[in-house]
Amino acid sequence: MRGNRFGYYIREGIGSIFTHGFMSFASVCIIVACLLIMGSFTLLALNVDSVIDTMESQNAILAFVNEDFSEEQARAIQPALEALDNVETVYFVNKDTAWDSYVDTYENPSFFEGLDSSFIRHRFVIYIKDIALMAETRDAVCNVAGIADVNAQLEISRGFVTLRNIVTFVSLIIVAILFAISLFIMSNTVKLTTYERKDEIAIMKMVGATSAFIRWPFVVQGLILGLMGSLTSYLLEWGIYQVVTTKVVSSSGLNFLTTIPFSVVAIPILVAFLVVGLGVGIVGSLVAIKNYLKV
Amino acid sequence: MVQFIDVFKAYENGTKALKGISFEIADGEFAFLVGPSGSGKTTIIKLLTGEIAPTDGKVIVNDYDLGSLKFSKMPYMRRTIGVVFQDFRLIENKTVYENVAFAMRVTGASNKEIRRRVPYVLELVGLDNRTRRKPQELSGGEQQRVAIARALVNNPRLIIADEPTGNLDPARSLEIMLLLQKINELGNTVLVVTHEKELVNSFSKRVIAIDAGRIISDGMDGYYNYER
Ligand SMILES: Nc1ncnc2c1ncn2[C@@H]1O[C@H](COP(=O)(O)OP(=O)(O)O)[C@@H](O)[C@H]1O
Ligand SMILES: [Mg+2]
Repeated sequence: MRGNRFGYYIREGIGSIFTHGFMSFASVCIIVACLLIMGSFTLLALNVDSVIDTMESQNAILAFVNEDFSEEQARAIQPALEALDNVETVYFVNKDTAWDSYVDTYENPSFFEGLDSSFIRHRFVIYIKDIALMAETRDAVCNVAGIADVNAQLEISRGFVTLRNIVTFVSLIIVAILFAISLFIMSNTVKLTTYERKDEIAIMKMVGATSAFIRWPFVVQGLILGLMGSLTSYLLEWGIYQVVTTKVVSSSGLNFLTTIPFSVVAIPILVAFLVVGLGVGIVGSLVAIKNYLKV
Repeated sequence: MVQFIDVFKAYENGTKALKGISFEIADGEFAFLVGPSGSGKTTIIKLLTGEIAPTDGKVIVNDYDLGSLKFSKMPYMRRTIGVVFQDFRLIENKTVYENVAFAMRVTGASNKEIRRRVPYVLELVGLDNRTRRKPQELSGGEQQRVAIARALVNNPRLIIADEPTGNLDPARSLEIMLLLQKINELGNTVLVVTHEKELVNSFSKRVIAIDAGRIISDGMDGYYNYER
């Protein structure tokens, strides 16, 4: 590509943006709106995921050993538990340790006077890999010889897994719909330019312009609009995320939730926004110009 | 060089515009293509520029067989012909100079080549004092000269003009025809479509006459002799 041609594509592309100022503005706004909604759902999904991760690391299954097992007998079960699918780590807690920590959680020690550790069981604390499979893992732990009872907080894990599934599903649908809408608007903006310049395009073909030469200025137009949309929505998303996460962390009801700092996702989100924005711009203009290049 | 070999053209709606046309125009020749309105003249021009394809037969332009020419090669064929229309087809918001330079730019010419060539063709058509004007500031005859300059700027072997004087008064028409004759004398093949009898008869050139999609006469006598 010669220098003067490259300059021509850029000049023409930018020129069309200004001659169709309103439509250009509208298509950038639509891209910004779409990217903001897409981005917000993605960030929500990421945060739900991270909350689930935290819960996975905190949420353990408690497996109680048969009453009549000695400590050695109980410890012998550990390899069988570690061998189960979805089990991350297994810790053994003997009666005495469990008793001490149990007593510690109560404020009035006199309540436990005369009692000792012999009345509770040896137990294992089992951390799992995937919280979604908690029920299956609980059943598998139950079936291990020597395990008498299992305690797992299924409701909380189920709730979060369901939430994650819903958020993922809704995000995907919304992203798909918004992507289609932005493509449509972008392609119409460029189509307006191509329509207004159809005589010029016909003249270009008549004097021997290649399809690529005719196409480039429109692609540049779409590309610049897409880029403006990406960058604007990125900055807005950043600001909105900061405000919302600060509110969540400082609110009394939700402060048990941890949020992902924006800096962690800044680069991936920027890349995703650029890919979507530029993709919409380029594909939209290619669609718009397609019909004019047939002859 | 132009070659039509037994060319038929039927449009999608069934109109049979050409019914077996054969003729040849050698390099350096000047020919008129005449015939009443609706006889198929513009259809022949559109076949020459590759805008439409023949239903049957062969069209060869400057060594390109248009029947087997790949779509991606069509622009390169078009650079070997210059086309002039009755309605000028200039870009309104570009100056005379830009309209002509534009046709060179789309072929990938460098700025240096453009700056050298454009003033030369504008002088050739007699518009060297109008270069900064916009098309609507010019008379019809001047606008057609811009179109001729644009057709010439890429130095094509063949110039095709479809009723170039249709919108002009007789004096301007004659000037345009004389200009096309001068271009022919500089070495270009020229094919002019017209139905202006007096104009054709005032030149002593080859006249191909068609009616209802068929050639009815083709002679060097320079006489436009069809009657309706
Ligand atoms: N795009 C088209 N679709 C259908 N019929 C057409 C089309 N263009 C031209 N025709 C018909 O083909 C015939 C020849 O037309 P044309 O080549 O334009 O004639 P001329 O230029 O000699 O006036 C006419 O009957 C015209 O109505
Ligand atoms: Mg015609």
